[in-house]
Amino acid sequence: MYNGGKIIAGLVIFVGLVFLPFFLSMGKAVAKPDPKIDTPYIQHLAEKKCVESKQTMKTIHMQMLYDWRDAVVRDGDRIYVANDGKKYTMSLQNTCMKCHSNKKQFCDQCHNYLSVKPYCWDCHIAPKEGV
Amino acid sequence: MGINRRQFLKIAGFSSLIGLGGTSASLLRKSILEASQEEQDPRALLGKRWALVIDMSKFKTEDDYRRVIDVCHRIHNVPDIGNPKSEVKWIWKEEYENVFPSQDFDNQYVEESLKNKPFLVLCNHCDNPPCVRVCPTKATFKRKSDGIVMMDMHRCIGCRFCMAACPFGARSFNFQDPRPFLKEMNPEFPTRTKGVVEKCTLCYERLAIGLIPACVEASNGAMAFGDLKDPNSEVRKLLRDNYTIRRKPELGTLPSVFYIIGGKNNA
Repeated sequence: MYNGGKIIAGLVIFVGLVFLPFFLSMGKAVAKPDPKIDTPYIQHLAEKKCVESKQTMKTIHMQMLYDWRDAVVRDGDRIYVANDGKKYTMSLQNTCMKCHSNKKQFCDQCHNYLSVKPYCWDCHIAPKEGV
Repeated sequence: MGINRRQFLKIAGFSSLIGLGGTSASLLRKSILEASQEEQDPRALLGKRWALVIDMSKFKTEDDYRRVIDVCHRIHNVPDIGNPKSEVKWIWKEEYENVFPSQDFDNQYVEESLKNKPFLVLCNHCDNPPCVRVCPTKATFKRKSDGIVMMDMHRCIGCRFCMAACPFGARSFNFQDPRPFLKEMNPEFPTRTKGVVEKCTLCYERLAIGLIPACVEASNGAMAFGDLKDPNSEVRKLLRDNYTIRRKPELGTLPSVFYIIGGKNNA
């Protein structure tokens, strides 16, 4: 092999750089996402329940928001009939965020942890937070 | 060492079975959403073809225009950018010669006061909207239910074909993030973002909860809102009793914004 030494040294440096982040964070525990639902509005609710069950919201809130978006903007339907028969206005700003007025402590917790960057807030106005 | 025909068929059969199983599992998961449903607000105003009639004789002072424009721009978070090259507007004042460029051929002896009067203009919500025809993503579309020419900001890619297509200049492009130019934000309505086109949406968000468009409400009777397909609606009554004109009729876009231009014998 021509220039074998240089190539191997280069490869070692390259592999070292690639794995550097892993070595640096080895043994360190990254704080787990801890979404908080203790907003004043939720605390005053008699029944602390989201539109659908907690598990459903956890797994499919993104599909649900897409569904709501299309229903409101394209079909003009604004009322969501939940599986338990209750009716809600389909609105991110006026329904979801009215309860979850703590975007930083709620949405961002998991989204940042998973490095998901939803572009909702480019247009939709997030509630004002004290921090 | 290869595999024989029998082994190959076995492997192929099992893998397609697994594939089918996975697909049906994901379909089952989706059905959580489909089991529930969406419906219209019972308060919603329902019409087949919404229209506006603007009585220009009732716009007398600067304040009459301001009131209407301000309420629209305030509730819809329309920024005041100031620079005419990148301004964003939903409803605004325009000179007669720009609003009705072909009227000079129709009637060049039209009342002088009319020629010097600013007209209130907005999206015409055309029957035959050229902006909808050119939109590559169907971000702008005509609602089948009531004829409103809508904008779906989620789909807009900012190509600006619609701005080129619209003969009325009703559309504005967000060359920059509009938020720094908003004095106050209406927290119940979204803003827009850099790189999308926006325009009047005939207050679809108000119609959906049973309110008439904000401009009509603020106009003190200078503007009327109603259903063109309903012969007894307020707009049809006004159209029967008054001489009205529409913008650029020669283009065949059939605007649904009508102007009562007065004249002594028409009043």
